[in-house]
Amino acid sequence: MEFDINTLRGLLTAVLMFAFIGMVFWAYSGKRKQDFEEAAALPLSDEHPAERAGKRS
Amino acid sequence: MELTPVYNDKVVRQFAIMTVVWGVVGMAVGVYIAAQLYWPALNFDLPWLTFSRLRPLHTNAVIFAFGGCGLLATSYYVVQRTSKTTLFAPRLASFTFWGYQAVIVLAAITLPLGITQGKEYAELEWPIDILLAVVWVAYAIVFFGTVAKRTVKHIYVANWFYGAFIIAVALLHIVNSMAIPVSLTKSYSMYAGAIDAMAQWWYGHNAVGFFLTAGFLGMMYYFVPKQAGRPVYSYRLSIVHFWALISVYMWAGPHHLHYTALPEWTQSLGMVFSLILLAPSWGGMINGIMTLSGAWHKLRTDPILKFLIVSLSFYGMSTFEGPMMSIKTVNALSHYTDWTIGHVHAGALGWVGFITIGAMYAFIPRLWGKQAMYSIKAIEVHFWIATIGVVLYIASMWIAGVMQGLMWRAVNEDGTLTYTFVEALKATYPYYAVRLLGGAMYLTGMLIMAWNVWKTITSDEKAPATSTAAQAA
Repeated sequence: MEFDINTLRGLLTAVLMFAFIGMVFWAYSGKRKQDFEEAAALPLSDEHPAERAGKRS
Repeated sequence: MELTPVYNDKVVRQFAIMTVVWGVVGMAVGVYIAAQLYWPALNFDLPWLTFSRLRPLHTNAVIFAFGGCGLLATSYYVVQRTSKTTLFAPRLASFTFWGYQAVIVLAAITLPLGITQGKEYAELEWPIDILLAVVWVAYAIVFFGTVAKRTVKHIYVANWFYGAFIIAVALLHIVNSMAIPVSLTKSYSMYAGAIDAMAQWWYGHNAVGFFLTAGFLGMMYYFVPKQAGRPVYSYRLSIVHFWALISVYMWAGPHHLHYTALPEWTQSLGMVFSLILLAPSWGGMINGIMTLSGAWHKLRTDPILKFLIVSLSFYGMSTFEGPMMSIKTVNALSHYTDWTIGHVHAGALGWVGFITIGAMYAFIPRLWGKQAMYSIKAIEVHFWIATIGVVLYIASMWIAGVMQGLMWRAVNEDGTLTYTFVEALKATYPYYAVRLLGGAMYLTGMLIMAWNVWKTITSDEKAPATSTAAQAA
């Protein structure tokens, strides 16, 4: 087999595809759930505590 | 619960005010040139008032002045609150405000004078380009410095989008503006021929992708959960669609150059990547809209939430329409017609405009320590007048565009063209009146907003520390 620029392109496509699939598995793994819930709560906890208490009601 | 730090909101307030001011100015110029297309005599035979010079002024003013100030204001606001820290290098932040305003004023002076590089959305001449590059690097230092000194573990997803927007815009602006100056007001692009065209539309489409999409998605990821009072629908989806979006957008530019001197394979590549873009775009739309699940009733009573959610509907519409228009056979019909103008304004007025307006209404009372906007009723009126305006605008341009495309390509049996250009123009004429009406309605909404903002920040009433009941009204 001749190794030329197109082999590299093919390999790069495969690498990127696996990187994407890996990232999806990483994001959806159960271990991250707790972390993501903490992160998702960040915009809701930035006010003055008193103001927040009022908002919840 | 620990006490939150005192945020540096001065620069946020400055940018917020200028967002509204430049919004009114930029949209007024837009309405004026829309009127020129209906009444050409409105250019008064003055070179400074011709469509060709005011059109770049309009696009620069609405995208970079209105949209840009909105992005800088909200990114400084959001990065402090989600990192639970104050701005890094406050003096540099202040410099970004004055520097950015200087760029806008210089644009407003040079463009009507006809001083331009002639590249769409990158018209500004080289001295202004350099100033903008310096301001942008300062902005990046302030933003990433603030992220670096955060007191929480996570970098909230909104900051990822803002960060991608800041880095990509620096890259795009610097690469595409490379030019050889021949005088203070004239330069020539460093690239030539088809490469120049490709560099320009790599820049142009990523200005859409990173300035008008990633940046405003950052805004969306903070203000939609905030206004709905619940966390984002799926944080996991936000990560997946972030990486997909930023990796795919970079390759979509060639769809602006279908059937040109650009190599055929490059055009096809651009088309395929544009089609793939539908998935990460809709990931963001679904994530934003579904954040409201279980709280849909809030849409009935909260006009700010209406702005935010309807902006996502327009985002979904225009990111569906975009990939369709990038298909070469569809593009053969749509390119160079007013359909493109309609598509752009569905995104600009519907998505970018609405999300910015919603964010402004949400944080302006907080920035000035008020309970709520001066008039909630006025926000409701603004919402409806703007929505009807957008619909009139895009529907008229869709009809006009498809009609133009069909008339231009119609041929007789002997191969001659069925219609002359002026016949297509004549058929378009009434739709220019509808577009003008739609644009004028949208501008009217902005004027209502300007009044409401003015009344809010000048009113004496202070927000009580404990009650925010009116906020929910």
